[in-house]
Amino acid sequence: MKLRFVFTLVGVTLLGSALLVVGAPPAAGTIEGKVTYTGTPPKMKVIDMSKEPGCQKEQSARTEPVRYQTVVTGAGNSLQWVVVYVSAGPPSPATPAKQVVYDQKGCEYIPHVAVMQVDQPLEIVNSDQWAHNIHPMPKVNPEWNKSQPPGTPPITTKWDKPEFIPVKCNIHPWMHGYFVVLNSSHYSVTGSDGSFSLKGLAPGKYTITAWQEDFGSQSQEVTVAGNETKTLSFVYKVLPY
Amino acid sequence: MGKTFTIVLVAITVVSAAFFIFHGQLLWLPEDVSVHGPGIDHQLMETMVGTGILFLLGQLVLCVFVWQSSGRKEGWKPRTFPGGPKPMVISAILAVGLEILALSFVGSKVWAGMYMNTPDSQALHIDVQAGQFAFYFRYAGPDSKFGELHPEKINQADGNFFGLDPRNDVAARDDVVTATMAIPVDRPIQLTMHSQDVIHSFYVRELRIHQDIVPGLMIPLHFTANKTGRFEIACTQLCGLGHYEMRAFLEVMPQDKFDAWLKQQESQ
Amino acid sequence: MSEAAAHPAVHQHTAPTGFIRKYVFSVDHKVIGLQYYGLAIVAVVIGMALSWLMRLHLGWATLPIPGLEKLSPAGAPGNVMTPEYYLSLMTMHGTIMVFFVLTTAPFAGFGNYFLPIQVGAADMAFPRMNMMSFWVTFVAFLALMSAFFVPGGPPISGWTAYAPLSAVGQTSGPGEGWGQTMWAVSIAIFCVGQLLGSLNFIATTLDLRTRGMSLARLPLSTWAWFITSVIGLMAFAVLLPACILLILDRTAGTSFFLPSGLVFGDQMLPHSGGSPLLWQHLFWFFGHPEVYIAILPAIGIISHILPAFLRKPPLGPRVLVGCIASIGFLSYMVWGHHMFVSGMNPFSAILFSVPTLVITIPATIATLLWIGSVYGSRMQFTTAALFCLGFISVFTTGGLSGFFLAQPTIDTYLHATYFVVAHFHFVMAVAAIFGMFAGTYFWMPKMVGRMMNETLGKIHFWLTFVGVYCIFMPMHYIGLAGNVRRYAAFTDNFLVPLIPVHKFITIAALLTGAAQFLFLFNLIWTRFRGPKAADNPWGATSLEWSTTSPPPFDNFGGRQLVVHQEAYLYGVEGASADFIMQTSSETVEKP
Repeated sequence: MKLRFVFTLVGVTLLGSALLVVGAPPAAGTIEGKVTYTGTPPKMKVIDMSKEPGCQKEQSARTEPVRYQTVVTGAGNSLQWVVVYVSAGPPSPATPAKQVVYDQKGCEYIPHVAVMQVDQPLEIVNSDQWAHNIHPMPKVNPEWNKSQPPGTPPITTKWDKPEFIPVKCNIHPWMHGYFVVLNSSHYSVTGSDGSFSLKGLAPGKYTITAWQEDFGSQSQEVTVAGNETKTLSFVYKVLPY
Repeated sequence: MGKTFTIVLVAITVVSAAFFIFHGQLLWLPEDVSVHGPGIDHQLMETMVGTGILFLLGQLVLCVFVWQSSGRKEGWKPRTFPGGPKPMVISAILAVGLEILALSFVGSKVWAGMYMNTPDSQALHIDVQAGQFAFYFRYAGPDSKFGELHPEKINQADGNFFGLDPRNDVAARDDVVTATMAIPVDRPIQLTMHSQDVIHSFYVRELRIHQDIVPGLMIPLHFTANKTGRFEIACTQLCGLGHYEMRAFLEVMPQDKFDAWLKQQESQ
Repeated sequence: MSEAAAHPAVHQHTAPTGFIRKYVFSVDHKVIGLQYYGLAIVAVVIGMALSWLMRLHLGWATLPIPGLEKLSPAGAPGNVMTPEYYLSLMTMHGTIMVFFVLTTAPFAGFGNYFLPIQVGAADMAFPRMNMMSFWVTFVAFLALMSAFFVPGGPPISGWTAYAPLSAVGQTSGPGEGWGQTMWAVSIAIFCVGQLLGSLNFIATTLDLRTRGMSLARLPLSTWAWFITSVIGLMAFAVLLPACILLILDRTAGTSFFLPSGLVFGDQMLPHSGGSPLLWQHLFWFFGHPEVYIAILPAIGIISHILPAFLRKPPLGPRVLVGCIASIGFLSYMVWGHHMFVSGMNPFSAILFSVPTLVITIPATIATLLWIGSVYGSRMQFTTAALFCLGFISVFTTGGLSGFFLAQPTIDTYLHATYFVVAHFHFVMAVAAIFGMFAGTYFWMPKMVGRMMNETLGKIHFWLTFVGVYCIFMPMHYIGLAGNVRRYAAFTDNFLVPLIPVHKFITIAALLTGAAQFLFLFNLIWTRFRGPKAADNPWGATSLEWSTTSPPPFDNFGGRQLVVHQEAYLYGVEGASADFIMQTSSETVEKP
């Protein structure tokens, strides 16, 4: 009597689990594509780092001079440093938030645009032999301004509201970057080929937004089903000045 | 105690004076590379000699009187300085007064030479922008016209330090903006200086020039460098946390090298 | 026959009872004087500690200072001072020292205690207002200290707080938010306290002199306090509205000091129409007389003390009063010498330079009068006397460096270098403080009824005298090399070779600072263990020595003193002793 009960219980449990597994939608969709531009982009000037002789020396040892990174283009009219992210859509499993590292090296911010989620820890490191100051200029989050002499520990912080926050160094005024704080856990920053890829999406309708610091945001809607890959392309119209 | 005071003060006086006299290269002004600089240096030396004499006299005479005072025995009848206060008043008015007249007269001429003569019509004009925490320089470019300044358009992220508007302002399109100030030697230079945020100051030791840059004002400054070299421009008006790191470099070069440099900057 | 105006009946008040009335909310000018003095001691210890932190950082910029991170996690991550923390310590150092040490102790401290006594009055003209002036000053001190604890920390714009750095708010840098506002509030409150105090000093000196105390018989210290309070009235009356305008620019969107076109963080501010130079004019119109407010009481104090130990009258006391008065008068015409390269019309530079140079004439006369007083004396080298001699030496040094800075052509090179730092530290941090020390060693027996330890005092003098020359004389040399001031660290090519000099200065500063603990210890030791002092331990002549040590609550035990003599009758030939007190009716036959 008892044995039959146990077998039935196990059987029902196994069947139920199989049904659950089969019935739950897989988070395996992908949205990918490229960000490009039409028109003539502005010429990015070479940065004169002479006020910091150490940086100037490092710069002169490089093969390519360091230029401003407001508009970085690549082969095939691609645009770099565009943040492509999910601005609306079904909830996806949250990815674990590990530390985002923002480095000051050779009087440049590496990376130029750092993307993070709300409340995700951000660590700012000074790898140079001279002082920098980190001055984020948010409008919604609280503003702060701290210097970071060489050899001092990294600054750890986080942002609690989504925002596109310009960051600058006042001591080296050419240093400029962005902290992009998002609510979404799916985002991608385009590299030199302008491509982006958002993986691990549950099926549903999504609004995907692309943001470039000079040219602003544009959005598109796309529906993803199962584990299919959808391709999107974003095109920015640019002017030389 | 009085004798100890004398010995200590004499030692202090002698050591202090020695460092002024035997200053070497480190504890002194750097060499002077401007046309108006010798006037300033001459004024400084005159003052140094005059005050040096007064310093030595003042401290050592005090020492002599203290030494004498401490050597006197019980029952000493105090003596007034011969003539009372009158010789003090007269010598102060004469010595200091004459010194003041001489220094003011000569100094005013040097000062007027720096600030109160019209700048040379052949001067090279350079626009200087100061902002937390760097100096930027602007040359007019091939059209010899400076574009207009629009503070609301300042965008350091793009390297638009001056707030130029090349889209709408044709004169601004060829303006050359640099972080290093290069000038030809032996040519009058006319600076127009402005600040985008707080008060900064433009100080080049070797040129003996020093001028605060005040937001809201366009401040002219002219000089002529008569020696080539690389000199530092330091900010000397407290402007925030990066004040100690606010600098730029001045390169004085022969006219032909300067022309080549400017051409190279224009092409970038 | 009374030479002086008959003074009105002194207000009668009974002796205070209870701890609060006697020592806290007291209307007794002596208690108030000691309260100011105590405030100055607390302030100078804080100010000195700040200077040690500053000097450590300047000598060794990357050195972690143990415990600093606990003091300020934002200012010193990893125990290494950030540049903004250095600037905030520097701002607070200057503000605390100039306002809460140099304006309180020599003027409000000793002046409050001894001016009424030296004129023969039972108290100040307005005792309750006097009490208010101290407590207002105390509130100002608390407001300033609060800048350490507000979000953003203390301001970084220096004690001079130039606009726009100080006027746009937080956007110009760390500490420029709440910290700068609290600074401006504190200074505004301080001005009120000083104005009240100045009114009291003036009224008391003019109206409450006892019978026979003509203006000609006033001690030199009283003259100095009187003239200082006249200067203070006009100076603080300008700083107060300047601070209010600054607060308005910061909080109410006004643009008194802010022009249009200011861009911070690539954003243009909405202000327009103001002038940063206006702040400088207002500030220095106060600021220059302020430094004379700092030094004139010390001049009066040492001029008063020196004759007692020379045992002969000072040389030319009326001339000296004339010098003090003309310095005070001229001090209002020179403020632009802080602004030679400020962007004001260059013609003004010449106009300001002339009176600045002319001020050296009365200062030189005074110095020569002191040196000439030592001539022909048989001096008693007490600690107080040594500090007077030290004062003459450092005042000479500090005054002479001013000669360079008074000329616009030379100031072109030396402005904002350590040469300026050397100059003002010699005259303010050293000379004025020496006046404070001399006054303490001289008057402590009168104030607490006990003698200070002379051995400790002399050691304190020697260490300090040599120490201050070691600290501040090298600053002239690096100033001549163009060492820029207010730099948090020295990274420029031409500054790095000068760092060893900075290290020397730092070590000298730390050692000299340590020596000051001898003084503090002496103060405490005296209060509890010092041998009892007689009414007149120094054999001095002025009215404070005609009463008990310490004086009763109404100064003279209900008596009205009558003054028959001038202030400094020491070593008069044919007199019964080597000094004649002001109250003595002795007449001496001229030989």
